[in-house]
Amino acid sequence: MLKVDAIESSYGTSQVLFGMTLEVNAGEVVTLMGRNGMGKTTTIRSIMGLMQPHGGSISFEGKRISDLPSHQIAKLGIGLVPEGRQIFPNLTVRENLIATAHNSSGNSNPWILEKVLARFPSLEARINGMGNELSGGEQQMLAIGRALMTNPKLLILDEATEGLAPQIRTEIWQCLEDLKGQGQSILVIDKNVAALTRIADRHNIIEKGQVVWSDTSEALLAQPEIQHQYLGV
Amino acid sequence: MLPSRETIVVIITFALLAIVPFIASITEVPFYLDLGRRMMILAIGALSLNLIMGYGGMISFGHAVFVGIGAYVIGICTEHELVNGFIQWPLALLACAVFAFIFGAISLRTRGVYFIMITLALAQMMYFLGVSLDRYGGDDGLPLAETSDFSGLIDLSEKSSLYYLIFVLLLLCLWICKRLINSRFGMVIQGARSNEARMQAIGFPTYRYQLTAFVIAGVMAGLAGILLANHTEFVNPDMMHWTRSGDLIIMVLLGGMGSLAGPIVGALVFILLEEALSGITEYWQLIFGPFLILVVLFARGGLLGFLEKRQSSEDDDG
Repeated sequence: MLKVDAIESSYGTSQVLFGMTLEVNAGEVVTLMGRNGMGKTTTIRSIMGLMQPHGGSISFEGKRISDLPSHQIAKLGIGLVPEGRQIFPNLTVRENLIATAHNSSGNSNPWILEKVLARFPSLEARINGMGNELSGGEQQMLAIGRALMTNPKLLILDEATEGLAPQIRTEIWQCLEDLKGQGQSILVIDKNVAALTRIADRHNIIEKGQVVWSDTSEALLAQPEIQHQYLGV
Repeated sequence: MLPSRETIVVIITFALLAIVPFIASITEVPFYLDLGRRMMILAIGALSLNLIMGYGGMISFGHAVFVGIGAYVIGICTEHELVNGFIQWPLALLACAVFAFIFGAISLRTRGVYFIMITLALAQMMYFLGVSLDRYGGDDGLPLAETSDFSGLIDLSEKSSLYYLIFVLLLLCLWICKRLINSRFGMVIQGARSNEARMQAIGFPTYRYQLTAFVIAGVMAGLAGILLANHTEFVNPDMMHWTRSGDLIIMVLLGGMGSLAGPIVGALVFILLEEALSGITEYWQLIFGPFLILVVLFARGGLLGFLEKRQSSEDDDG
């Protein structure tokens, strides 16, 4: 479904990705883990067309997307829950959700407002509140709900649980498990090894701009030295 | 549920505007009619600017150029004895759309202070073009031999008819703005104001949306220009001068940027203060300036925002 093939990306003269390679197949939950500053968010920005890789290629469902503008990549069916949530503060919760709604994947049972509110009941109570009046957890749920409203073929979550209360994290992990059960393809970036090994099919560990380890949850759990060496766990 | 203060202000404002012709007739002061028309025309201009500035974050310092283009098309058509309003008006609106498309396509490639400077430069370019058009009066402007002719449907030379036409068109513009803002289009424009990259990453080509908003605002400002030309029966390059664009920005700020009815209130208060203060001193801006500073400092969101804030704090207390 998504194939990131040896991409190289830079911020000005500072190169961050050095031959980054990654693959997500349909219905899979794949993770990208690594310490801060290793290039996780840069990989996501490159996939989403928010920055142009100067080497390698990215394809989605067989179509090369590495030179497409951001909005066209999103229209192909990639939904992003960005780091820092980035909800629209000057729109209400309802507007944040319905402004972005479309069914890019042709989902026969699409995510609509009612379905998102049923998944995140705390948003329903704040439906007419402005985006910037929500708590961090509510904002994160809104960010996930907003991405789901685009009915993506591939959902990407960049540090979706960072800085959130344990209860909210649990709710988000539960949401991802449910989505996986429905066959949703997901690429997750996070640091919570325990939760990720429970949910994900495959893991990729990034170090200095390239994947240095890639295998299943069982393999990762069986190699605590890998966790220690690359993730500081 | 009680209506918001904004709704109440809109109802009162339009109710007052509706009775101005009667007051002018009873008091036999036709100046009130003239004042009301000017207020409403500028309110349409301010509404259009608010669409891009208040909701879209596109601070155009050249918005009055579209008022001028709308007015000039009417003036030039009349000069060539083409007075049929059914031809004049669509021509003027089309010209505004074309110019807004070109200006928007250029200026929307920039952001922040560069956007302000480019819109200012493009408008000044048109201002000097107007000054250089000797065939159409140049610096002195162009008097209109007659108002637009709508084949007896409405007589714009009859001042009350023109007044009510402007009144209805102002209501129509307000309704259009409300529909636009509450549509997905409006949400994308507002969302792009706060985080353009995010809106693109969700799948919206924000440039196209912003350009469309810019063209709609340009056409609406052009309508204000058409009405202004028929109201004053005169067009001149000053209509496009950057200070006129500054006036529109002040009206939007005064009434409440990003609130639907704010620009209408702003235009009305601006014209009323201009009239009242210029009766006191020729240098009325000396009094108006500090007033505007107080509004900006203590009433973020303008006069309407101030009212809404008071309502929400009262609601919280109660």
